[in-house]
Amino acid sequence: MTETMPPPMTTPESPTAAPAGSAASSVLDSKVPDGPIENMWTQHKFDMRLVAPHNKRRFDIIVIGTGLAGASAAATLGELGYNVTVFTFHDTPRRAHSIAAQGGINAAKNYHGDGDSIFRLFYDTVKGGDFRSREANVHRLAEVSNNIIDQCAAQGVPFAREYGGMLANRSFGGAQVSRTFYARGQTGQQLLLGAYQALMRQSAAGSVTIHTGMEMLDVVVVDGRAAGVVVRDLTTGEVTSHSAHAVVLATGGYSNVFYLSTNAMACNVTAAWRAHRKGAFFANPCYTQIHPTCIPASDEFQSKLTLMSESLRNDGRIWVPANPDDARSAREIPEEERHYYLEERYPAFGNLVPRDVASRNAKERVDSGHGIGPLRNGVFLDFSSAFERLGTEVVDDRYSNLFEMYERITGEDVHDRPMRIYPAPHYTMGGLWVDYHLMTTVPGLYCIGEANFSDHGANRLGASALMQGLADGYFVLPYTIGDELADHLGEPPVDTGHRAFTQAEQEVTDRTARWLSIQGTRSVDWFHRELGKIMWEHCGMARDRAGLEKAISEIPALREEFEKDVRVLGSADSLNSSLEKVQRVADFFELGELMCRDALHREESCGGHFRTEHQTEEGEAKRDDDNFAYAAAWEWGGSPGAPNLHAESLEFAYVKLTQRSYK
Amino acid sequence: MNLTLHVWRQAGPRAPGRFQTIKADDIEQDASFLEMLDLVNERLIEQGEEPIEFAHDCREGICGTCGVMINGQAHGPERATATCQLHMRKFSDGDEIVIEPWRASGFPIVKDLVVDRSAFDRIIEAGGYISVDTGSAQDANLVPIPKDTADLSMDAAACIGCGACVAACPNGAAQLFASAKLAHLNLLPQGQAERAYRTLGMVGVMEEHFGSCTNHRECEAACPKEISIDFIAMLNRDWLKATVASRRA
Repeated sequence: MTETMPPPMTTPESPTAAPAGSAASSVLDSKVPDGPIENMWTQHKFDMRLVAPHNKRRFDIIVIGTGLAGASAAATLGELGYNVTVFTFHDTPRRAHSIAAQGGINAAKNYHGDGDSIFRLFYDTVKGGDFRSREANVHRLAEVSNNIIDQCAAQGVPFAREYGGMLANRSFGGAQVSRTFYARGQTGQQLLLGAYQALMRQSAAGSVTIHTGMEMLDVVVVDGRAAGVVVRDLTTGEVTSHSAHAVVLATGGYSNVFYLSTNAMACNVTAAWRAHRKGAFFANPCYTQIHPTCIPASDEFQSKLTLMSESLRNDGRIWVPANPDDARSAREIPEEERHYYLEERYPAFGNLVPRDVASRNAKERVDSGHGIGPLRNGVFLDFSSAFERLGTEVVDDRYSNLFEMYERITGEDVHDRPMRIYPAPHYTMGGLWVDYHLMTTVPGLYCIGEANFSDHGANRLGASALMQGLADGYFVLPYTIGDELADHLGEPPVDTGHRAFTQAEQEVTDRTARWLSIQGTRSVDWFHRELGKIMWEHCGMARDRAGLEKAISEIPALREEFEKDVRVLGSADSLNSSLEKVQRVADFFELGELMCRDALHREESCGGHFRTEHQTEEGEAKRDDDNFAYAAAWEWGGSPGAPNLHAESLEFAYVKLTQRSYK
Repeated sequence: MNLTLHVWRQAGPRAPGRFQTIKADDIEQDASFLEMLDLVNERLIEQGEEPIEFAHDCREGICGTCGVMINGQAHGPERATATCQLHMRKFSDGDEIVIEPWRASGFPIVKDLVVDRSAFDRIIEAGGYISVDTGSAQDANLVPIPKDTADLSMDAAACIGCGACVAACPNGAAQLFASAKLAHLNLLPQGQAERAYRTLGMVGVMEEHFGSCTNHRECEAACPKEISIDFIAMLNRDWLKATVASRRA
């Protein structure tokens, strides 16, 4: 029986189509092996077909993106002997946005003997993801987490150390053990530099060819299999085709659909979206994470929001004045007139509740009029009791770079007054659907890191993004990619003279020319900002049916205007950042609509997807496991408004489905 | 505030460049320097003029993509601050601001304020890594590293590769960048096996692309991550040792 369903929003009153108690969709084969989960990955590594060392050099692999996932995958594939070609739109592979991750990376090392284990990390991740992830993938992630720490330490990642020389750990939201490894507040930077250095080593060795300043604008599929990509050189405008036996997308998340987010300015969905339009299903696009600790916006022209690492919640206490009209400064408000709402509502986890819980509570406090700061759009994160308990020096040692960053942006010193924080879009759990091998629904096309949907379910725990990116790149994809490649030994890659390539190239060239020919009246940023407003308003921290339906009617209208009235100046044959942006925003329009449709069809609340119609009496997310314990994989239906839904049902054999509680 | 900008415009690597004077009125104090440029660009587009190209990405001072000369200073007047983290509250109403790209022969201009910094990648390729294939590492705690050593290595590793050191240097030298990358790895026990090879390789490639260090210390003053020139001393020492050792061998 097929689980293909029509998009439900055409008849809003009809009961949402959901595969009640169904088996997995006949279209989607997750390829999860049989057997007990503890040995599954080990056994599967043995069962998969291998490509012999002398044959690896006969396979060409293209990797798009050089963040943690892309750089680690490309470096490892190069070490193994594959011919790897890497494309990044950045001017050097080291600029990818993984570099901005601050807090840390989880691993089940149990170096501190506080009861951690692979099973506990697996359990916490499934539970933290609100039971919307695939158990087999998550267990594998927890297993390889320990290898990542070993690998990175050996590469020279300067992790924080205890005085005895052993690795230090800190705790993070959603966990009751201390399992997060870190390098000051720059863990992402250091891990990325480690992967980048490994990549440059392979570049020097000749096994990896790196093309910087080149953006992938299409995937080419021949006879149902990925055959290569079309890229545009951003400085010369030249459009070229590149073929390979396999294509790996490691192109990050799509939080910039909200315009204001903590992502870097160039982060976009284009590579994944182009693959989606060529047949790769897009799963759970509505699962977006709002990070609880960002600096609140100061005005309308702000270009991005800056995140303050969640690790700050280890030592900072979150509060708002009990009296919303309290005009005193924070330091003058006595203890008994402060509302430490997380500590009060969640005694067991306190300020360390998972991100979605922390974010929604902040929104609830601000919406109820308790917001602080000049625009009353934040809550306090206060370090005064940590300064008293540990001494200023110890606390500064942990967070000095974050404190400095905060002061640089706001002009305020956290030693004098508490930080102001508010949630902001930060990470997207949704992404291209992949099987256990990290292959999309297009054979030969893989997707790793944040760009795929795999391991975090409906919500990602802190310090788990770095873990997943590196797990996919160092320890999963390099094994699994051989299984499918083994079928193609001896086959040359498709010639780039093939009609599919020339056609795709022509389409990219025409599309580029079309944007320049519109000569409308409004800038790309103007349209992006307007789209962002719709998305944040109706598909942000809390969603409801009426709002989502409104967004679904507004987005196509705005897109139509965008296609008629956008103004892109300059030419296609030199560096032109407006031209780069316009393509990305065009794809955000289509993705945004799909996000809203996905959010509308999912008549439940789970993790980062909060439907106000579905909440407990205490205002917590209320799942509907009977009808929605599945991953929603959307197939491109020929136009943005006509996607087809496929469901991969999720079974929970090891972690019991429970109402998530952090009380 | 109302400002007058003098911005370097150059259509391409071989095209002649010139300063364009642009009025930037009604700029918010809380805007960042790059948000000010965003606004200027939106207005240019409204007037049908091509926007100013400048490199930028994370806008939180960590990716190292941004960087321009502001009134002759790399990353502008605020210490330890990348261009994207510089805020307009550091300027005054009526200021004239000269904005130029990094000027160094190692960094050819691509367009307007954007330069090509790929020479930094070439330096890393020449040994800026520890050779350890994926999967071959031992347990991470088997190699204890004293906290002070790890911290010092981290001080060096904090380099964001923006190139301000080169732009600030009257000789266009890249010693601060190369020394930070070297010190990060040369200080760690894991980095010892390739220490001499790494030092000779990276210094060699550095000298192909960049000028020589004559201790002006401008690099340290311009560095948004406050990388210390002590690392340059370490580079010189390591280079001398490696050179002597390689002659002996």
